[in-house]
Amino acid sequence: MVTVSEIQTEAQFEEVAPKKPWSQVALELCRKQPLGVFGLAIVFVMIIAAILAELVSPNDPLQEHFDAMLAAPSAEYLLGTDEFGRDILTRLIYGSRTALLVGFVCAIVGATGGLVLGVASAYFGGLFDLILQRILDVFMAFPLIILALAVVATLGPGIENVMIAIILPFVPQCARVVRSNALAIREIPYVDAARALGFSDARIILRHMVPNVMAPYLIMLTTFLGQAILLEASLSFLGLGVQDPTPAWGLMLSNASEFFEGAPWVAVYPGVAISLSVFGFNLFGDSVRDVLDPKMRSR
Amino acid sequence: MSEAQTQAGADYGSQFRGQVSDEILITVKDLKMHFPITEGIIVPRKVADVKAVDGVDFYIRKGETLGLVGESGCGKTTTGRCILRLETPTAGEILYDGKDICQLNNKDLIDVRKKIQVIFQDPYSSLNPRMKIGEIIGEPLKVHGIIPDEAKRRERIGYLLGRCGLHPDFADRYPHEMSGGQRQRVGIARALAMEPEFIICDEAVSALDVSIQAQVINLLEELRDEFKLTYLFISHDLSVVRHICHRVAVMYLGHMVELADCDELFDHPLHPYSQALLAAVPIPDPDLEKTRAHTIIKGEIPSPINPPSGCVFHPRCPLAVDSCSQNIPDFREVRPGHWVACTEV
Repeated sequence: MVTVSEIQTEAQFEEVAPKKPWSQVALELCRKQPLGVFGLAIVFVMIIAAILAELVSPNDPLQEHFDAMLAAPSAEYLLGTDEFGRDILTRLIYGSRTALLVGFVCAIVGATGGLVLGVASAYFGGLFDLILQRILDVFMAFPLIILALAVVATLGPGIENVMIAIILPFVPQCARVVRSNALAIREIPYVDAARALGFSDARIILRHMVPNVMAPYLIMLTTFLGQAILLEASLSFLGLGVQDPTPAWGLMLSNASEFFEGAPWVAVYPGVAISLSVFGFNLFGDSVRDVLDPKMRSR
Repeated sequence: MSEAQTQAGADYGSQFRGQVSDEILITVKDLKMHFPITEGIIVPRKVADVKAVDGVDFYIRKGETLGLVGESGCGKTTTGRCILRLETPTAGEILYDGKDICQLNNKDLIDVRKKIQVIFQDPYSSLNPRMKIGEIIGEPLKVHGIIPDEAKRRERIGYLLGRCGLHPDFADRYPHEMSGGQRQRVGIARALAMEPEFIICDEAVSALDVSIQAQVINLLEELRDEFKLTYLFISHDLSVVRHICHRVAVMYLGHMVELADCDELFDHPLHPYSQALLAAVPIPDPDLEKTRAHTIIKGEIPSPINPPSGCVFHPRCPLAVDSCSQNIPDFREVRPGHWVACTEV
């Protein structure tokens, strides 16, 4: 019979490789995910611009210059001015605050709501799962923009209502993806082990299942960031979102529709800002998916 | 089980592996676990049952190891899951310390769950990959308030790891940093953390290399003697079962076909299915292997959705007579402590 001391020598304890320094990890990431790092850089520039808007913007976003209405880009107004003579660059910088606020709040709340519903639905199963999934089906049946329009039309315009309108369609999308992952995890023995140890349902869901569906959750979250910015711009463009004079990209684009033939800069630059930010978030999101998805990891 | 049967069983124990008391720890009576097959999306209706476990009786005494063997899909794992109340049985009783586990509410169930633990087959999926080893073992101690103090808990985790043959520093590692054998030791340490009386080893060594298997089996034996544990040892590996178990139960298609003391069953199997099962064990001697008589049973294992009438084994049984397809055989005691579900032996 093998004694414990012999077993101990067999099960030798060897050192784990020390963690790599941050600089090396960053370099490796740049090499493996160049597009993702580029996307992250765009997002990073946006965040800096939003935080330091007062310092980096050349003008006051609300200041109207009636001597320079619809002025072309020049040294004084780098990207020109709008119909009230407000500096477009400044308004774009301040507009990133609206975009980022809506983007992050909607993505985080929407994805997290979906995470909780999805995991709970998979864990409890049965009638609860059936009813919840049918309710989510109803929400998924509406096109995103129609559902958001209906919500804003009911609650009235304004940034809070826009965020609610965007979050609502996000929750079922994320819940569906998370649920399918959680269903697989529910069958893994460590969840049975947790039940056999007499843990509460809440503990099993939060400590044992949620951490193991983080990959699809983060993928949905990063996808939602770009989508939310685009949706907010669309709603603002339709006049249902942020109200003038608050600077917002979609609103600027909307106001520009009357003037863009004579002064294309009023439409082009907000459009570029929207596209570039969504592009940045999507590139970043794709890379997050590649890194987190074990099937893609070897590439 | 009656007093007389218990007595008879105890008397028969010719060779003792560890201390077995006469006291019965757990009794399973006519356990049935039928999984419904449903059709229809909006209003699901039951169309059939998978009779995974269909009337199983046995008892286990304190300190005893009962082996539960049978081929894949015969319901041995489901039986274990019912005892753990991971499944709620369709019918039957599971008496633990006189209380029926199937009837307990959630609050009382926690008390029983502290006493019954499980070691799973696959050491790779039985540990949460996002938790450190120390957290995995310490979590039940913390949640149930057994050792609320952080430092003392760490000490206990270190002791448990050491007792299972691992260095206490493993507590700060993640499961993916360990080998299969090491992980299985963590699984054992987690089961031991609650100081249980009864551990269900569900194919606990099947996924390990033969050399690691031997070490883990020896560890299980040492722990059984040290902590006065009782095991239900579910396995399809007959040589392992013969080594560790006091008594062995053979299952076929959700039914108990034979139950006897370990040596009695291996030396004198009575039920034709047990005989065939034992005959399938290869003998590590080519000459002997060539000359010995093989009992090969014909056909495939029938579906548990639509099991054969009467004795479930009769379509494949070499001894079957006409009445076998009509009458369900009693699980009867043919010799002291030797139970068989067959009319023809």
